Amino acid sequence: MTEPETTPITVFLVDDHGLFRAGVRAELERGAAGDPPLEIVGEAGSVDEAVAGIAHLEPEVVLLDVHMPDGGGAAVLARVRKEQPDVVFLALSVSDAAEDVIAVIRGGARGYVTKTISARELGDAVRRVKVGDAVFSPRLAGFVLDAFSDRPGAAPAVDPELDLLTKRERDVLRLLARGYAYKEIAGELFISVKTVETHVSSVLRKTQLSNRYELSRWASDRRLV
Amino acid sequence: MTSSVETRDRSPLVRRRSGRLVAGVAGGVADHLGIDVLWVRAAFVLLAAANGAGVLAYGLLWVFVRQEASDVTREVSAKERQQAMGLAALGVGIALVGAALQNQVIGWVVGPLGVAAIGAAVVWREADEAQRRRWTTGARTGILGGGRTAVLRIVAGGIFVAAGITVFLLGNLNLGQIQFGVLAVLATIVGVGVLTVPWWVRLARDFGEERRERIVTEERAEIAAHLHDSVLQTLALIQKQSTDPREVQRLARGQERELRHWLYGPRGYGRGADPAIDESLSSALQTAAAEVEDTYAITVNPVIVGDRTLDDSLRALVLASREAMVNAAKHAGVEEVSVYAEVEEAGADGEVNVFVKDRGKGFDPDAVPDDRHGLADSVRGRMDRHGGTVRLRSTPGEGTEVHLAMTFSDEEQKP
Repeated sequence: MTEPETTPITVFLVDDHGLFRAGVRAELERGAAGDPPLEIVGEAGSVDEAVAGIAHLEPEVVLLDVHMPDGGGAAVLARVRKEQPDVVFLALSVSDAAEDVIAVIRGGARGYVTKTISARELGDAVRRVKVGDAVFSPRLAGFVLDAFSDRPGAAPAVDPELDLLTKRERDVLRLLARGYAYKEIAGELFISVKTVETHVSSVLRKTQLSNRYELSRWASDRRLV
Repeated sequence: MTSSVETRDRSPLVRRRSGRLVAGVAGGVADHLGIDVLWVRAAFVLLAAANGAGVLAYGLLWVFVRQEASDVTREVSAKERQQAMGLAALGVGIALVGAALQNQVIGWVVGPLGVAAIGAAVVWREADEAQRRRWTTGARTGILGGGRTAVLRIVAGGIFVAAGITVFLLGNLNLGQIQFGVLAVLATIVGVGVLTVPWWVRLARDFGEERRERIVTEERAEIAAHLHDSVLQTLALIQKQSTDPREVQRLARGQERELRHWLYGPRGYGRGADPAIDESLSSALQTAAAEVEDTYAITVNPVIVGDRTLDDSLRALVLASREAMVNAAKHAGVEEVSVYAEVEEAGADGEVNVFVKDRGKGFDPDAVPDDRHGLADSVRGRMDRHGGTVRLRSTPGEGTEVHLAMTFSDEEQKP
C-alpha cells in the first residue's frame, strides 16, 4: 500500500466517549505486525478541547467522531480547517445515516468509516488518508452513487465537471460498494492501484464541491454544514 | 410595591379574620397579592366611582371568598383604622353620587374594563404560583419599564384612552348616543390593549413554552419506552447468555440493527411516515439480510442504491439474494457478507443488480456435487423462471461473489 514511514504518523482522537477513545488508542498503538506504527499524540472529548488540542499538537491525522455535544465533528472541521488546512480528518461514526456521512465529507473529512471497523482496517485507513487518498466505506460509496445517479426528473447538472461522475469513477464506486479492496478493483478493471486511488480522490472532490441537490439536501438535513 | 413579592410564597386568597374593618376582603386581597392594604382599599374606592363597581366587587368577594382558618392576630394602628374608615366612607359616597348622576359615559368605559378584569381574574385563578410571580414581575417591568418603545407605547395607549373619554365629553357632536358609546368603548379597549402589550406577549409566550415542554416530555417518554422494550431487554438476555459468545454476538447485532433502523431507517425516529415502504425492494432486501444475520450469527451489510416497488420478479430476486446470503453464511466460514444492490433505470426499462460477496473459502463452481440444491434450485431456478440471470465467481481461498440481475419494464408494472 504505502511506503513504510520512518517516523510514525501522529494521530489525534476526538470522541466524547472516553471508553471508546481508550479502546481505539490501545488498538492503534498495538498495531498489526509489519504495519508502520501510529502514534496517538492526544485526545479530546469536546469540540473546544479538540480545536485547542489540534492547534497545539499539530497532528497529521485527526480521527473525528461525527456525533458530539455542541456541534459534533462538523463544528471541529469548520473551526480547524480555517487555521490548519493541512490536517487530515478521518470521520468515525456509529451512524449509517446519509446526512451524517455526506455532511462530514462535505465539511472536509477525507474519509468515513464506521466504528465497527477492525483495528487493522482502521490503521490502514489512517495511513491511506495521510498520504492523500480518500477512504470510502461501502456504504459511503453507495450514498455517493445514489446522490450522483441520474433519476428521471432530477435537476440537470449545472457544472458537468463537478456534478457528474465519469463512467470509470462510477465503476470504481460500484466495486467499492460491493466490498472490493483497492487492489481487487485494480485487478477487476485492469488499471493500477494508483489509478483507482486517483478516481476515488476525484469522487471525493466532487462530493465535497458539487452543488447537486441530493448532496446539499443530505448535508443540510441535520444542519451540520 | 416591594420586591418581597417575588421571594415569598403567595398565600391563598382568604378573608382576614382579624385586623379587619368591614369583612376583611381588602386585607385578604392585599395578603394574596403581597401589597400594602392601603392600595387595595384605594382601588376599591376608585372602582366605586365607576357606577359602584368597587362596592359590587367588594360584596361579591365577601360572599364567595372564605374566611381564613386560623386565628392570626394583627395589630391595626389607630391611624390605619381611621384612614380605612375614611376610604370606605369615600367609596360608598362616590358610588351613591355616581348612581345619582346616572353617568352612562363611565358605564361604557367601565363595561369593557370590567370584562377584561373578570377574564384576567379567571386566568389568575387557574395559573400556578410560578406563573403568577412571573406575571406580576412582567406587569411591573412591562407596563412601566422598557426604554423608549415603552414610553411611546404608554403615550399611545394614554392617547387612546383619553380620546375615548373625550368623545363623550364633547357631547355636542351630531352623533347618536349609541355611536358615541361604540367609539368610546373601542378607543378604551385599544388604549388598554396597547398599554398592556408586553403582558399579553408574555402570556402568549408562556403558553407556547408550556406546549413545547409537554411535547418534549412526551418524546422523552416515547424514547424511554422504546429503550426499555428493546435495549434493556436485550442487555438482560445478553447477561443470561454470557457463556455463549455466538448467542451474545447474535443478540448484540440484532439489537444494533433494530436500534439503527429505529433511529435512521426510512420510518425512523424523527422522520415522517413513508407509506408503502414495506413493499419496496430496499426494505425487503434489508429484512432478508436481517433474517440471515439472526439465523446464522454473522454480519450482513447491505448497501442499496435506488429503490423500486416490488413485483413478482423482484420478489423472486429478493428470495434468490436471500438464498445466496444463506449459502455464504453456511459455507464460506466468514463473519461478514457484503450485499450490494443497485436499481438502474433507463427510460421505461431498467435492471436491478444484486451482488452477494464474501471473502471466505470459495469453491470450484464446476465441482459442486449434484446433491447440493441450494444454488441450483433456489437461486438459479428462481431467477430463470422470472427471466433473470445468475453469474457466479468463486476462487478457492479468496471468496465467492454471486451476481443476480433482473430486468424490469415499466409497461408491465403500471399500477
